[in-house]
Amino acid sequence: MSPQPLIHARGLVKRFGSFTAVDGIDLQVAPGEAFGFLGPNGAGKSSTMRMISCVSLPTAGELRILGMDPARDGTRIRARLGVCPQLDNLDPDLSVRENLTTYARYFGIPRAEARRRADELLEFVQLADRAGSKVDPLSGGMKRRLTIARAMVNEPDIVLLDEPTTGLDPQARHLLWERLFQLKRRGTTLVLTTHYMDEAEQLCDRLVVMDGGRIVAEGSPRSLIETYSTPEVVELRFGDDRPADVAGKLAGVGERIDPLPDRVLVYAADGDAATAEVHRRGLTPSSVLVRRSTLEDVFLHLTGRTLVD
Amino acid sequence: MVTTMIAARVSPGRVGAVINRNLGALRSGPSYWLVLVSGFFEPLLYLLSIGVGVGALVGELQVGGRTLPYATFVAPAMLAVSAMSGALAETTFNFFFKMKYQKTFDAILATPVRPFEIALGELGWAMMRGSLYTGVFLLVMVALGLAAPLWALAAFPATILVGLAFGSLGMAVSTLMRGWQDFDLMSTGQFALFLFSGTFSPVGDYPVAMQVLIQATPLYHAVELVRGLAIGDPRWGLLVHAAYLLAMVVAGLLFAARRLQRVLCV
Repeated sequence: MSPQPLIHARGLVKRFGSFTAVDGIDLQVAPGEAFGFLGPNGAGKSSTMRMISCVSLPTAGELRILGMDPARDGTRIRARLGVCPQLDNLDPDLSVRENLTTYARYFGIPRAEARRRADELLEFVQLADRAGSKVDPLSGGMKRRLTIARAMVNEPDIVLLDEPTTGLDPQARHLLWERLFQLKRRGTTLVLTTHYMDEAEQLCDRLVVMDGGRIVAEGSPRSLIETYSTPEVVELRFGDDRPADVAGKLAGVGERIDPLPDRVLVYAADGDAATAEVHRRGLTPSSVLVRRSTLEDVFLHLTGRTLVD
Repeated sequence: MVTTMIAARVSPGRVGAVINRNLGALRSGPSYWLVLVSGFFEPLLYLLSIGVGVGALVGELQVGGRTLPYATFVAPAMLAVSAMSGALAETTFNFFFKMKYQKTFDAILATPVRPFEIALGELGWAMMRGSLYTGVFLLVMVALGLAAPLWALAAFPATILVGLAFGSLGMAVSTLMRGWQDFDLMSTGQFALFLFSGTFSPVGDYPVAMQVLIQATPLYHAVELVRGLAIGDPRWGLLVHAAYLLAMVVAGLLFAARRLQRVLCV
């Protein structure tokens, strides 16, 4: 008796002229889930998000948000979504607080209630001390936190975050992740896109890997790694030797060899054993790094490319 | 049919929220006020320099069988121009900036607000700004003895209609603009209308071909309507001018909303 999905898509397609951005994807998002779209730029993540946020209509396929059809009930659906777009579109003419109260009015929230929620949300995103400031002087991380607060002003059933931490410095990212994690703990359904595997691993219960407008894999971060990668990866660097030349001599070490332009990846159940085998064969890498498999490895295996070029 | 369908789905609260955003922006700082105040002076300066100054040379004018002091003839035209510029300033530069660069409308369209409601809200706001100009301008006219108080009151709703008509047109044009360079073209057009729409001399004095051309353009109808009321000469013919302006409102609004949808909801 699984609950009715909040988002249901079947054969979802988005075309812009002759260009197909989203090429027939299926997905379901359950209440309370943190669901992610992982993929490089141009994979179709943002186009999918715009369709889910009922701003852009699908070219073909079936889409139901909160059980409703975006083509007919766009307004009613949008009333229950919180959208944090990829590029900040905060209102520079308004103060931090007014950005929230003004936005609340678009949802028909009465003035007094809007003010109450604005203060509460500013507290939540740790911007209460900047309430009267204009938006422009805020740092990138603060702006993004304000955008998230704005997305929460209508107490949405689903919060959509398009690349929430792209362009932020590590400290700002961690602060943002921590806030999003709080939302998740409160039971808010999160849908996010990212091209950072660490973000996907930290925040998502379940994710789909997108490439070229299609979904190439789906599962929890852990199950994706188990299915598409080995527990460990050895990264070998060979000074002046070209990785592709060395790769031949590594045949049979570990389960799989992947020569990249600057290093060779050896996929193995036991990284140390694989490293020992490399040395036994008389190879002398200039550096050896044994690490756990990540979603980056999954993506590389599925598409032959790295996530962030 | 289409209009009633759209009207049925429009929420006054959401339109009000769009206006509310602009009010908030106005309150936020002095820069907007400067722009606002400066827009008021242009027609007033023309009224004083040409209406009153040149008027002293011209003397009186025969218009439709009535004899008018030149300043009385020019003042209602400047009033119509004021309504036009007030609405255009808001729905061209500001609207375009919000749509293209500031992404204000992208943010709004992620909420329940629809493109048509944005268009209505922006138009409503432009009309409020325009009415502020025309209201003050009418007071100046009454103070200078260029209009009787009751006729000035009658002309006020006409200036609102003029503001709505040019506001709708401005928005429609803004959705087609590629960049700021296109606005130069628009300013030139606006200036041509300003000079030739029966503003400073009766249209009847021009060659017939030009008269026909002028009668096809919007400011002519705005000037005729506003002048007819301001000088206390309410003819049935004024309804034709009102109908022209009303058609502008409907066409401009529908076009602008449709373009917003096509440009921003992809």
